[in-house]
Amino acid sequence: MPADGGIGASTKRREDVRFLTGQGNYTDDINIHNQAHVFFLRSDMAHGKINGIDTAAAEKMPGVIRIFTSKDFEGVGGIPCGWQVTDRFGEPMQEPKHPVLAEGFVRHVGEPIAAVVAETLQQARDAAEAIELDIEELPPVVDMAAALEEGAPKVHEDLSSNLCFDWGFVEENREAVDEAIRNAPHVTTLELRNQRLVANPMEPRVAIGVYDRADDEHTLYTTSQNPHVIRLLMGAFVLGIPEHKLRVVSPDVGGGFGTKIFHYQEEAFCTFAAKAVNRPVKWRSSRSEAFMSDAQGRDHVTKIELALDEEGKFLAIRTNTLANMGAYLSTFAPSVPTWLHGTLMAGNYTTPLIYVNVKAVFTNTVPVDAYRGAGRPEATFQLERVIDKAARELGIDPIELRRRNFITEFPYETPVALTYDTGDYHATMDKLEELADLKGFEARAAESKKRGKLRGLGVNCYIEACGIAPSNLVGQLGARAGLYESATVRVNATGSITVMTGSHSHGQGHETAFPQVIADMIGIDPEQVEIVHGDTAKGPMGMGTYGSRSLAVGGSAMVRAAEKVINKARKIAAHLMEASEADIELKDGRFTVKGTDKSVAWGDVTLAAYVPHNYPLEELEPGLEETAFYDPSNFTYPAGAYACEVEVDPETGKVDVCSFHAVDDFGNIVNPMIVSGQVHGGLGQGIGQALLENCVYDDDGQLLSASYMDYAMPRADDLPFYSVDHSCQTPCTHNPLGVKGCGEAGAIGSPPTIVNAVVDALQRAGHDVTHIDMPLTPARVWAAMQG
Amino acid sequence: MYEVIITRPRSLAEAIEALGDDNATALAGGQTLIPTMKQRLAAPEVLVSLSGIDELSGVTIGDGEITIGAATTHAEVAREVAGACPALAALAGGIGDPAVRNRGTIGGSLANNDPAADYPAAVLACDATIITNDREIRSDEFFDGLFSTALLEGEIITAVRFPMPERAAYAKFDQPASRFALTGVFVAAGGGVVRVAVTGAGEDGVFRWDAAEQALMKDFSPSAIEGLSPDPSGMIGDLHGTPEYRAHLVGVMTKRAVEAALG
Repeated sequence: MPADGGIGASTKRREDVRFLTGQGNYTDDINIHNQAHVFFLRSDMAHGKINGIDTAAAEKMPGVIRIFTSKDFEGVGGIPCGWQVTDRFGEPMQEPKHPVLAEGFVRHVGEPIAAVVAETLQQARDAAEAIELDIEELPPVVDMAAALEEGAPKVHEDLSSNLCFDWGFVEENREAVDEAIRNAPHVTTLELRNQRLVANPMEPRVAIGVYDRADDEHTLYTTSQNPHVIRLLMGAFVLGIPEHKLRVVSPDVGGGFGTKIFHYQEEAFCTFAAKAVNRPVKWRSSRSEAFMSDAQGRDHVTKIELALDEEGKFLAIRTNTLANMGAYLSTFAPSVPTWLHGTLMAGNYTTPLIYVNVKAVFTNTVPVDAYRGAGRPEATFQLERVIDKAARELGIDPIELRRRNFITEFPYETPVALTYDTGDYHATMDKLEELADLKGFEARAAESKKRGKLRGLGVNCYIEACGIAPSNLVGQLGARAGLYESATVRVNATGSITVMTGSHSHGQGHETAFPQVIADMIGIDPEQVEIVHGDTAKGPMGMGTYGSRSLAVGGSAMVRAAEKVINKARKIAAHLMEASEADIELKDGRFTVKGTDKSVAWGDVTLAAYVPHNYPLEELEPGLEETAFYDPSNFTYPAGAYACEVEVDPETGKVDVCSFHAVDDFGNIVNPMIVSGQVHGGLGQGIGQALLENCVYDDDGQLLSASYMDYAMPRADDLPFYSVDHSCQTPCTHNPLGVKGCGEAGAIGSPPTIVNAVVDALQRAGHDVTHIDMPLTPARVWAAMQG
Repeated sequence: MYEVIITRPRSLAEAIEALGDDNATALAGGQTLIPTMKQRLAAPEVLVSLSGIDELSGVTIGDGEITIGAATTHAEVAREVAGACPALAALAGGIGDPAVRNRGTIGGSLANNDPAADYPAAVLACDATIITNDREIRSDEFFDGLFSTALLEGEIITAVRFPMPERAAYAKFDQPASRFALTGVFVAAGGGVVRVAVTGAGEDGVFRWDAAEQALMKDFSPSAIEGLSPDPSGMIGDLHGTPEYRAHLVGVMTKRAVEAALG
C-alpha cells in the first residue's frame, strides 16, 4: 500500500472531520434571510375524488402568506418520468400525469393536496388543519394481482387499466425458453416476494426555493444525489425555467440510497412558490413524511423456473414478475424492474436461454423507484435462491452446482444483452471457501446444537452491472437522459488543483478518494487537490451519483481532464527547459528531460501557465484548466461470492447472524478503507432487508409500518462483525482506472445469503422448508417450522 | 406540537393543586406523552411536570421490600436495586435506550399502562402496591386494560412498593422494530406463592397466567411449563406476530424466566 496517499492508500476521509464535529453543511443548515415555511397537507386516504378544497378559514389564520392547491399549478407540467419502457408488443408504457399538488384525485396516502406557506412552520401546520377537504373515498387497489384483475378499481381513471407495461425480455427467446423448460430433465420452481422497503437515509429531504426578482434568477437548495439532473427535469419539464436562470445546489447530503436521485414535487413547489410569494420558501420533511413521500424500493413478486440437465447444467430460466410502481411513475421507476433487472438474470452462469416477463402495476401506494442495487438485488435474489433450491432437489452441493455453471471465458455475451468484460468467479469462490473456513462448519454446527441452536450455512454469488452507462445504449432502452459524467480540472497558479465533478457524494467519500487519483497521476500531495461538487453554478453538466458509478464514470472523466491538463503542462515544461515535448517525463511532481538532470517542478510549470512571460504564446493559450466528458463504452461488472452462518432459535424462530464473509472483485481499488466501508454499509442494508425491514400497507392502502415503532431498521447488535476481502481483482477493461464500483454490492449479494442459510439451518434440523419470504422475522421462521 | 404551558411544581401539594385544573395533564418522564404531542395526537393545554419534586424520587430498600418513588428514572432503578432485586434491575435496564432510561420514570410507565411496557409485568408478578397521593392500590386492582388504570382524575402515583421476591426473573422477547416487549414474562416466587405476569401479548394488556402459576406452585422448574401455552384467542395479532405466535412465546418466555430465576 503506498504511503503517499495515492491510488491504493487507505487515506482517512477528510470530510469526516466536519461530519463528525458537527460542522457539516446540510441543506437544513441553510436558512435564507426572510424565508417562509411550507407545510404540505397530505392525503390520509389511499384513493379518493377531490370534490372541494376550502381554504377560506385557513387563509385567515395567523402568519399565513398563501395557500396553494392544484389550481395554482394550471399550465405547470407534471413531475416527469425519465425512462420510457416499450412493452413486448412495441407499445410505450402507460404514463399518467404526476401533478405537483393532487389534481382531482388523491392516489396514495401521503400525496400532497395543498401547501400552506406561512411565517413559521408551526403556523403553516396550524392553518393546514383548518383547510376543509371534501374528498369522496374510492376503493383502493393495493395488491398487485388484484389490481390486474378485470374490473379492478383503476388508480388512474384516464388509463385503460392498472397495467403500466407488460415487458418481455428477450422477447425473441420466449418460445425457445418455453420449449427448453418443457423438455428439461429437471425444473426447479420458486415463488417469492422481494418486499417493499423504505430507504431511510439519516438526513430527511429538504428543499429551499429562492427567487431573485432583480435578475429573474431561481435557486433551489435540495438534498439531491444529482443536482444537474434536478435542474434539467424541473427546469425544462415542470416549471419552464431555462438552465441559465436556475441554479440547483446540494451541499452535504446525509445518505440517499437512491431515494434522493428523483425529482420530487416538494422541490418544484418551493421553487415555484418562492417566485409566487417573492420570499424564500423552505420545506423540511419530518421522518413521518419521509415514510410516505420518499420513493420506496423493491416490491416485486416473482415466479422463477430454472431448467437443468442431469449433470446440473443450467439450460434455461423463465421468470414472471409483478413489479409495483405505486400510484405514479417516479423518475427512473420503469427502468428498475426492466433493464436493471432483466439484464442481470444470467448472473455468473452460462445459462443459454433466458426469458424475463415483467408486468409493472399501478397501485394506491407511494411510488417505488431505485433503492441501493435497484433491480439487481431482485434479480440476484431470485436466481441465487432458485439455484440453492435446485441444488437441494438434485442433491448437489450448492457451491459445486454454481461452479459447474460459472462463466469462465471473457468477454462473455449473455443471452440478456450484456457483455461481461472480465471476471474470475472461481477465484472469488476459492477465496471465500478459504476465508469462511467452510470445512469447519460441521464442528461449529455441532457446537451450536449443544446450545440448542440450529446452525445453517448460506453461500451464493452475485454479479451486477454498475457504472451506468453508455448513453447511446441506454437511450435505445428508453432513458430520456445521457449517462456520461463530467469533470473540470482547474490547476491554480501555484499548482494546487480544484476539481469540479458532476458526481456528487452523499456519503461515499469522494472528497478523499478523487484527490488520491489526481495525486497519483501528478505525484503531488493529495492535500493539494480539492473537490467541488453539488452545485450547478460551479461545475459542468453532470449526471450525479447512483448505480455505483462515481469512480467508474465520474472518476474516469476526471482522469481524462487531468490527462489533458498534464499534456498541456508537458508542452509548457518542454518550452521552459528548451527540450522536445516527447522527452518530457512527469514523476513525483517534477517534469524532467529524459536522460538529463534537467527538471522543473509542477508548481513552476503551473505558475508559467498563469504568468506567461516565458511562454509559447503563439502555440499555446495561457492557463491550465481542462474539462472532459466521459461516456463509458460498457457497464462495469463487479462480482463476488458471499457466505454467512446463522443460528436459529428453534423455540422462538429468532435468527442470529453469526458470521458474514464477503469476497468482492471490484477491479482496481483506490481507497481500500472506503471500499470496505461501502461493503459494510451494503451488508447492513441487505441483512436489514433479509431479517427486519418491511414496508406494509393494509387493504385500505394505509401504511402500517409508518414509523420506527413498526419499521425495523437494523441496529448494530443485529449485525455480525464482517469479514470482507477484495483481493481478487480483475480490472475493468474499458475505463482508464480499471475500477468497477462497490456501493451496492453488499446490498445485492447479502439477502439471498441469509435466506439460503436460514433454509439450510431448518432443513438440517429436519424441517421441510424450502423458502421463507423476507423479512425472516422470528414469527415467520417459527411459523415455517410449524409446517 | 401545539402551544402548551408547562408548570414545574416543587412539592406534591403544589402538583396536586395544579392538576386540579381540568385542562392540566401530568408530565412524568415524557417518553410517551411528548412524542404523542409532537405528532399532534395529544393536545394538553397545561403540563404539570412531576420531575422536580424531590419527595417523588429515589429508592428505599427496607426489610423485605423496596419502595421506588414514582419519578425515579429507569436508569436509577437499574442501578439502585441491582443488589436487592436483580430481576427488577434487569427489567429497568432493558427498557428502551439510554436516553429513554434516563428520562422515563416508573410512575409514568405505570400510569400510561402501555400493553407492551415492561414495568406492569414486574408490578403484577411481584404483587406490588401502587401508592398514590390518596390511597394504596394493589397490583391486581390497578391495571384496567389498554392504557387504562384505576387512577382517578388528578390522582398521582407517588411511589411503588415491591415485596422482595425470593426468586424472580423477567424474560423479554423484543418486538424487532420498537424493542418493546413482543412478549415479556415476569415470574416471581415467594412465601409459597408464584405469580406469572405477561406483557406485550394480551389484547387487554398485562395479565396473570393462572395455569402457569398453578403448575409452578406445584413444581418450580422449567419442565413444569413444558407444553403449556395460553389460549391464542385474546392474544394480540399484528405485523410482528400472530396470536398463535405470541401464545407460544408466552410459554417459552415463562420457561426462560423460571430458568433464570433458578439461577
